Formats: sequence, structure tokens, C-alpha cells
Amino acid sequence: MAQLVADQLPQHEPSGGHGHAQDAEHANNPFLAHHFDTPKHQFEAGKLGIWIFLITEILFFGGLFCAYAVYRAMHPEVFVYAHYYLDTFWGALNTGVLILSSLTAAWAVRNAQLGEQKKLVFNIIATITLAFCFLGVKYVEYSHKFHEQTLPGRYFNPEHEVWELPSYQRAHARSAHHESEAQAHAVEPQAGTIGEVAAAATGTTPVAPGAVPAPGAVPAPGAAPAPAEAGEGKEAKVAPPGAPVRPRNVGVFFSIYFCMTGLHGIHVIAGIITWAWILRRTLRGEFGPSHFGAVDYAALYWHLVDLIWIYLFPLLYLIH
Amino acid sequence: MTSPSATADVLAPPAESDSDNYLTHDKGILSWLLTLDHKRIGVMYLMCVLGAFALGGLFALLVRTELLTPGKTIVEHDTYNQLFTLHGAVMVFLVIIPGIPAALGNFVLPLQLGAKDVAFPRLNLASWYLWVVGALFLVASLVTNAADTGWTFYTPYSTTTTTSVIPALFGAFILGFSSIFTGLNFITTMHKLRPPGMTWFRMPLFLWALYSTAVIQVLATPVLAITLLLLIVERFVGIGIFDPALGGDPVLFQHFFWFYSHPAVYIMIVPAFGVVSEIIASFSRKRIFGYKFIALSSVAIAILGFLVWGHHLFVSGQSVLAGTIFSGITFLIAIPTAIKVFNWIATMYKGRIHLDTPMLYALFFLWVFSIGGLTGIMLGVMSLDVHLHDTYFVVAHFHYVMMGGAVTAFFGGLHFWWPKMFGRMYDEKWGRTACGLLFVGLNLTFFPQFILGTRGMPRRYYNYLPEFQPLHQLSSMGAYLMGIAFLIVAIYLLRSLRKPMDAPANPWGANTLEWRTVSPPPYYNFHEAPEVAEGPYEYADWVYDKRERGYVRKTRGGTPHPGTSTGS
Amino acid sequence: MNTMFALLLGARLLGARLLGGELLGRLVAVAAPAGGLADPPKVPPSPSFWMPNSASNFAGATDGIFDALLWISLLCMFGLALAIVSFCRRYRATSREANEAAESQVDHSNTLEITWSIIPLFVVIGVFVVGFKQFVDLKTPPRAAYEVHATGQRWKWGFEYPEGLTHPELHVPLGKDVRVLIQSVDVIHSLYIPEFRVKQDAVPGRYTELWFKPTQVGTFPIYCAEYCGTSHSDMLSRVVVHTPEDFQAWVAEEIRKIEAMPLAELGELTFNQAGCSTCHSLDGSAKVGPTFKGVFGRQEKIFGQGTIVVDENYLRESILEPQAKLVEGFPPAMPTFKGQLSDRRILGLVEYIKTSASTGEPVPKAAAPDSAAPENKDAPPSNSPADAKGGHP
Repeated sequence: MAQLVADQLPQHEPSGGHGHAQDAEHANNPFLAHHFDTPKHQFEAGKLGIWIFLITEILFFGGLFCAYAVYRAMHPEVFVYAHYYLDTFWGALNTGVLILSSLTAAWAVRNAQLGEQKKLVFNIIATITLAFCFLGVKYVEYSHKFHEQTLPGRYFNPEHEVWELPSYQRAHARSAHHESEAQAHAVEPQAGTIGEVAAAATGTTPVAPGAVPAPGAVPAPGAAPAPAEAGEGKEAKVAPPGAPVRPRNVGVFFSIYFCMTGLHGIHVIAGIITWAWILRRTLRGEFGPSHFGAVDYAALYWHLVDLIWIYLFPLLYLIH
Repeated sequence: MTSPSATADVLAPPAESDSDNYLTHDKGILSWLLTLDHKRIGVMYLMCVLGAFALGGLFALLVRTELLTPGKTIVEHDTYNQLFTLHGAVMVFLVIIPGIPAALGNFVLPLQLGAKDVAFPRLNLASWYLWVVGALFLVASLVTNAADTGWTFYTPYSTTTTTSVIPALFGAFILGFSSIFTGLNFITTMHKLRPPGMTWFRMPLFLWALYSTAVIQVLATPVLAITLLLLIVERFVGIGIFDPALGGDPVLFQHFFWFYSHPAVYIMIVPAFGVVSEIIASFSRKRIFGYKFIALSSVAIAILGFLVWGHHLFVSGQSVLAGTIFSGITFLIAIPTAIKVFNWIATMYKGRIHLDTPMLYALFFLWVFSIGGLTGIMLGVMSLDVHLHDTYFVVAHFHYVMMGGAVTAFFGGLHFWWPKMFGRMYDEKWGRTACGLLFVGLNLTFFPQFILGTRGMPRRYYNYLPEFQPLHQLSSMGAYLMGIAFLIVAIYLLRSLRKPMDAPANPWGANTLEWRTVSPPPYYNFHEAPEVAEGPYEYADWVYDKRERGYVRKTRGGTPHPGTSTGS
Repeated sequence: MNTMFALLLGARLLGARLLGGELLGRLVAVAAPAGGLADPPKVPPSPSFWMPNSASNFAGATDGIFDALLWISLLCMFGLALAIVSFCRRYRATSREANEAAESQVDHSNTLEITWSIIPLFVVIGVFVVGFKQFVDLKTPPRAAYEVHATGQRWKWGFEYPEGLTHPELHVPLGKDVRVLIQSVDVIHSLYIPEFRVKQDAVPGRYTELWFKPTQVGTFPIYCAEYCGTSHSDMLSRVVVHTPEDFQAWVAEEIRKIEAMPLAELGELTFNQAGCSTCHSLDGSAKVGPTFKGVFGRQEKIFGQGTIVVDENYLRESILEPQAKLVEGFPPAMPTFKGQLSDRRILGLVEYIKTSASTGEPVPKAAAPDSAAPENKDAPPSNSPADAKGGHP
């Protein structure tokens, strides 16, 4: 969409006299559309257009952020529980990648304004490469989630319980050590909220994912059985004492996660297409100090895509 | 739907082929399908919107026929539910929302502004294609197993019904983007393409109305888009945000939906205000009364329109506090609306009123829109709304506003600008007759529904208690009458296209810029860039010329006026 | 305006006879039996042209604000019509050729603008305040109200009374505050009683409420006002207002009728009403408690007490003293029903578990399978005037 806004290709100037005040200007500049007076005029119109477009984009994502806020307010336990399934490392890496690509995009605009053709090409290619890096990381994350079956809605059926995850164990290792003495007596499994669970840490040392829970951690009679949502056909794993009980509807978190990151990913792909098209035009030598609007608009769009990710990262990955 | 090829045939080059205009500038279907000319895009929108209107009208007639008797008259329960859903979806998303802004607005806006085109002609064409694709999705829903959710798509019904809701949702989603791009284009055009002399307060009120509309389109429609997207995902994987079984809240959907759809009501009605302002001033031969009040009240309505969505939720379990705030702001909207009506009446006072067809439509609008507005106040009263919500009273109210307001103004505008668009005058006698029939038909259709509503007849009912039958039958009679009237309109308008071009540059003596160029306008809109040195409602310089059968501008200081005839 | 009114009034009087009676009479005659409810509620004639009968405490206030707004609107529309017609006559141009100029080109007057902004503003503020007060009344049920639970379900209403009665109709005592707590088991519905001027959506996943005080003995229709699918328009019921004495008699009679049901049927009704089904499945799956599938005659390990065979006495004991003999592997979660169920209901439950629930065969019944349906067929006590004409098939 952005490219539609961002550019006015030259119009075929039909023969026959029309009352253009700046006919000379139009004749000299093939990129100046017939209904604009000067390149500056055209650039400003395009700039206003792209800003309005960005506002609609913000409102578009705003609906999702709103849905996120409402569901998180209603069910905070779902978010705290589910975020352990996300790997902060990949999220942080992607944040860095996008910020870097925003830099190269901004640089590209500067290059276009100064007519630095080679640098412009380099920066556009760099931006596209970084965008592909972002998608690559996203692919790693998504494929892991499909493998683990941490999927949206009713398809949520994870391979591993939360206490088996390194992210969970890291977060609880310190308190576990601290309270280990208090765990001398068998701890009643806590069937409460995550907040309570965090307090009642496990008495065992962190174990690798998939490892059998430490011996002696057999739950007392009447302990909550494996959560009702656990996949049929999978063996119900025995929770260690103090392990959090899975709240209802954890799948909803992944619905929101996939909606938000998926929609963002689509925007990244749209950005790549836009940049590829800008690259093609650059190679044809269409941009220069008097005509750099399209680069500018594409960069503005790219900054917005970056900005949205900067909000998504903490909202999805860094929940406490 | 009329295909562009048919359009091209109808608009074959006239006898005087030497007069170059936008209709004859290029030839062939492709020259239409790939055009970047705002006038052609406007005409293509017009054809499509009128086609969709015929389709939606057909659904309406089927619904009214079914309601002639309680129980089955012609169709079964489920078919009826699909019919009213399609009627609503087609009329709202395909007809009324794009009707005035995209069809008439596209044609008129750059002309009235004195610009050569809209700011982004490519985007403009893209919006039209998006409209077509969106319409195809809605029709796809129709031919598969049409959605039966009502156009409001309330959850959890819409997520559980077995009908094909997703094509309908996707269609509405795409149409939303069509609407956004039109709005974006119009805002930029009005900011950046005003010629020298065209200050904000010299802009015709139609442009002010389009500007306010565009702001709503740009700000509200994305929220609808994301809501529909969430609903699509909800149906696919059970995202859970709206599903109580997954911890979600179905009322949240209603908030999301009305956050768009109430402002959307103003997307539909505010452009109508603009059309009516133009017509009333032109046909009263008098400066419009309270120009700034009318212009700014459009803006006020656009802003306040964002803050009243909760008045659709008085009985849905919303808190009393929220209901109170929404009710209060709803009443505030009545003020700018009333200001407009009073100003239009004041414009007619001591004017010189010509009762041609467009003016009849404008007066028609004044009457039915006022009924719609006043009943809107009744519905804004929370306690009364508890009784009237989801009854036929609401149906009657919004049909008075949408049909009586938006559609009437659309047809008024169509008759007003028809000579400019196609260079032909239509048959005035038939025009007035059809307008009169429409007036009777509309009131006959919808007034009995007010009574049905206050007496407790709920809406979207296939079956009803026999006590309600006489009123339902009156209503159906009115619907048939309207059907006949619209048929007459279609016939005389199409007939006018077969004539050679005979319209003068300015048949009504209006002073906005589109009347200063020939009818139909040349490809580049103006042979000479128009000067803007005065407001849009100064009629003193325009004199009726019998030979031209239209108005010509008195010469000023020896300069010949730019708006001459087609050279008859 | 006046013409329209005359037309509508005339239409109302004549319409039924002329349009409905002759033009469309044949259509109606053919169509009426095909559609329609077997037993639709009747709309009692109303003295008002616009509003239905006034049968609750809210009707007066709601109709009052409606009438006030109606008259304001009529006044506005009269003024508008007068202005349009008189201006069009007085200032009508003779012809375009005449080139007449307007008499005046005055195009603004701040005094006028402010006047016609301020006056409507005061009017709407007044209307808002009245509407707000009434709305707060509507939303504030008195504490000591008689409480009925309403459940919306595609496409029927069910009402549960505090006396332990479930009925498809809403019966209420005259002059008593009644609070209806509404829920939905599937999609959104809306409980609407026009004669009471009340309406409230039934939203799945939460309770909503409405209240009223009936002021007139009679039978009035209940509608579903929120679109809910295929038979939305058939999701009707009726509210029956009795005098307080009649109401007590009606409740007692309905309960007596239930108690007189065949045992297994009563047991099934109790199984669904008393909440047994929440913890005990009929399909063999383990819920909070053991399943009833095949339970009768089954050997069960009792926690700390060895093994027993499930018989009538064990079932009875488990209903009255749930914790006495716990089946191993199940938590002590069941409450006692001692003093809550009549002896006959307990007997019914035992019978139901023994025969139908255990074997999976349907309960033998003379009537419809729906637990509420048998009551539907029974006439309310005939001493209530409204019930005399309560239609039965």
C-alpha cells in the first residue's frame, strides 16, 4: 500500500495545450505529476499522505493492543504463565535487528537527498537484508512453536510443561535456592495463582527440559491432576511440588501472540516488497536531491513497523 | 452491476466529436479500467454503487414481501435471515458508505476545489478496485451459503453459525480499506491542492462535509478492519477475545464494532449534509445562511461521533456510568445537527426558490431527516431506549436517517450533478414525479414501523404476532411504491444518456467551480485555471441565458467569463 | 404532518379490514397455519395509540418522556412543514428566464445561531436528566425483591423460581418487586417485556438483571429482542401476573404436579436441576465425582473401608451423607442434600440412577423429552383470570 501512496509515476503528457502555469517544469521533470505545480508541492502532498496512512496503521494495530489490554486485565495469570514459552533471546535479537534496519533506512533517505547513489544502494540492500534476518528469526521462533505445539486457541497443546522450561527455571532458580531449607517438609502443591506459585518455589535444582522430575516429588493424593487441557494421548506428567497449575485458556495468549506478530510480520514483508521496488528505481537512477520522496515515505513506513515491534517485544516477551 | 464496458458504449462519442471531454478523451474499456482520471473513477464508482443499490433494494423487497404475513410467505426462516443480513451489508458497505464520498465526491471534489485531480490518482483507482474485490467477496458469500448474522456480526453468534461468515467479513474488511484510501486521498487533496484564492472558508460546504467524512473514514475504519480480522481468526482458531467459553467477552466485540460503526453513520450522513447545503443555496439563489456554522458543525459532528458508540449498548450489560456518558454526548450531537437544519431553512427565507428535481430532493431530505433526527433523540434517552432498543422503532429511525437522509441526498446530488457528469439533462417532469412517489413511499414504508416498534415488535423477526400484520402490510406497500419510483428514476436517467449532449455549463446557476467548466468537463477539468476571488455562494453574477438554456457569468471588467457553453 | 397522521390513523382503523381483510386476505389464509406458533402469546389491546398496555411501575415514566418528546417532535415537524411550505409558496421563483434576485442576501446572524443552539441544548439537557433518573431506577432493583432466574437458550426461555420450580413462563405476583437474573447458555439473547417497558440482554458468560413491579393482572408476551438465529422470532414466552394469593396457589400447584411425576422422570428433573450433572457424567467420563454410567451394582473401592457394591441404600446415603463412604480417588467435594430435597425427590433420584442413568436408556415418558415440557402442558390454576384464556393446544 505504501508504494501507492508514496509515489506518483510520471503521467503521460497528452498533446494539446492546457493551461499549466509550470509547463516548463513539467516538461523538464518526468517525475512531476500533471496536477502538481512543483516537485516540492508533490513531495509535501506525498508526505501528508504517508503520515495519514501511518495514523491508520497505528489505529489498525491499536485494535489489537486494545484487545491485548482487555484480555490481560481480565486474565493476568494467562500472560504470566504463557510468556515463559517465549524466548527472550530471539525477541531481543530481533529488536536489535529492526533498530539497525531503521538506522540504515534513515541513512538511505539522507543518501538520496545528497545524491549519494552508491551509499543509497548499499543502505537499501542492508535494510532489506536486515528485514530478511528479522523474518528468519521469526521463522525459527514460529517453527519452534509449531513443533512444541504452543499454538493459538484450542490448538494449544504444549510438549513441555512450564516448569520444564529453562526460562521458567532461570526465573525461579534464585528463590528456589533461597527457600530450599524451608522445603524440607513436603510442600503442599499450590493450586493457586501464579503469584502464590512464585512464592512457593521448587525444592529441586533446575533440570533440563524433558528430564524426569526429581524423585520424591510425587504429589500427595488429591493433588491436582495434569491440567484438563493437557493433550490427549500424551502422558500426564507429574508436576514437581510448587509447580504452577496451568491456568485456563493459555491458548488465548498464543492467539494474541500470533495475531500481533503475524500482522507485524505481514507488514515487514510489505516493507521488503516496498524496499525492493525502491531499489529497482534507485538502480535506474530515479532518485536525487530533487526527487527522493519515495525513499522518504518508505523509510517512514519502515520506522513505524520498527516502532510497533518495539512495543510488541516488552508486551509479549517481558511480562512479570 | 453495470460493467464499465457497457458504460463506455452508452457514453459513445457524441455528434460533436470535436469537443474534447473526459468521456471522449480516451476510448476503449482499458482506458476506463486503467484510468487515473478522478472523473472517470467517480463514474465507475457511480455505476457500481447504483448496481449494488439495485441488489440491496431487491433484498429489501424480498424481506418486505416475506413480512406481508406472519410465518412463511415466500421463504423459510434461514433464507429470511440471510436476506436481511445481505440487505444490511450491501446497503451499508457497498452503497451508502461509498455512495456520496466515493461516487459523487470523486467526481466533484477536484472540480469544486479547482484542482486538476485528487492528490493520489493511482491510489484512487486502487480504492475502486478494492471496492470491486470487496463486493465480489460479499457476493461470494451470497452464492455459497450467505451469512445470517445481521450486518453487525455480533459474537458469539457470528463465531458459531454454520453459514459462510468469513467471505462476508473479508469483503467488509477490504471495503474498509477502499474507504480509508478514499478518505486519505481527499484529506491530502484538500490540504495540498487548493489553488490560490481558495481559502478554507471559501471552500463549498460539500467539501467541508467531505473533509469531515474523510477524517472519520481514516480514523474509524482501521478499527473495524482489525475487529473483523479478529473475528475471522476467532472463527478459524478460537482466539478467545470475544468468546466467553475461553475467558473473553462478547460485549467487547460490540464495543469494537460500534467504535467504528457509529462514526460510520456519520460517514454516511455528513456528506449528505454537504450535498443538501449546495442544493438549497443554489436553488434559493441566495448565499447560504451561517456558512461557518454549517461548516464547523460538520467537524463537530465528526469529532463527537467518535464518543457515542456506547449508546448502542444501553441494554447489553454496560455500566450505568458508561451509559450515562454515552447518552449525554449523544444529546450533544443533536445541537450541531439542529444548527444545520435551522440554517438551511434560514437560507430559503427571502430567497428565490426554484423547485427543480434536486431542490425537491433537498426538501424531501429536510423533512425525513428531521424525523430521523428527532426519533434519534428519543432513542438517546436511556430509559426510553430500554423499551425501544432492537425494536422496529430503531429500524424506522435509521431508515429515516440512512434511506431518507443519505440515499435521498445521494439521489438529490445525482440529479444536481448529472448534467455536469454526462452532459445531458434528464426529463424534469419524470424527475419530480419519481421524487414525489419516493416521498410517499418512504413515509409509508417506515412510519408504520415506528408504531410497530413502540408497540413492542422486535426487529429481525421472521414471524410475528398477528396483531402487527396491518402495519407490516402498509410498510410493504410503501416499499413496493419506492421500488417503482426507483425504477422510474433508472429509466429516465438511462434514457437521457441516449440523447446528444445538451446540458449547458451551468444549468442551475450555481457558483461553485465545477459549474465554470463545460459539461461534461474536459480531461484536465478546466480550460483555464479558475480564479477564486469570492465565496462559493455568490449568485449575483450569474444570469440565465435563454439561448444557452443555462446560466452565464456576467463579464467583469471586459474579461470574457470562462464558463461558456459546449458550443451549441 | 396532519395528513400523514390522518392517513395513519385511518390506515390503522381501515387497514386491518381493507388491506388485511380483502386484498391480502387470501394470502393470509394460506400462510397463517404454515407459520406461526402453535400457541403464540396474545397482545392485549392497549388504550394508547403508540404504546402497549401499561403493566409495570416503569410504564408511566417511560411513556411520560415518550409523550413529551413526541409532542416536542410534532411541534418541530409542524414548524418545519410550515416553514418549507410557506417559503416555497412565498418566495417561489416564477421562471429561470425572469432572473429574479433573492430579496435578501443576509447570510449570517450570530444572535439567531446562538438562539437556536441554546434552546435545543436546554431541551436536550432536560430530557437527558429525566432519562438518566429513570435509567437509574431501571437499573437499581430493590433489595427485598422476589428473584427469578431466567435462562435464554436457542430458542426458548426458562424461568427458575426460588421455590425450586422451573417453568417456561414467567409468573409473577401483582404489586411485588421482582428481580430477574438473566443468563444465556449459548449466544446473546434479550429478554423483552413491552408491557413492562423492560429489556435486558442475556449475555453468555455473565449475569445481567432487570426488575419491575407488575401493576396489572394479565398475560403479556415476552420476546427475544437480540437476533439469535433461525427461530429468533419464535423465541417467545409470556409473563403472567397473578394476584399474590393466586401466585402462591400457582406455585404450590406446579410443585405438586412435579412431585406427582413418575419417579424416574422426577429423578431426571432433579438430576438436572439440583446440579448433580455438574460433577457426575452419564457418559463414563470422570468429572469431579464418579460417573453414573453403569454405577448401579458396580463394585467400588471405598477410601479406607474396603469394597462395597452400589445399591439403593448406598445411593441414598451418598446423597444425604456424601462424606460417609468416599469412592477412592475422588475428593470429598460433594455437599449434603439433607433437608434440601424432598423424600420423593431422593427416591426419584435413586430410581433414575438405578434405571436410566446407569443403563443409558432414556427415561420412559408420556410427554416430551424436555424436563420443562411436561409443566408446559399443564394449565395454571384456573382461578386466575389471565389463565382462563391461556391457550393450550
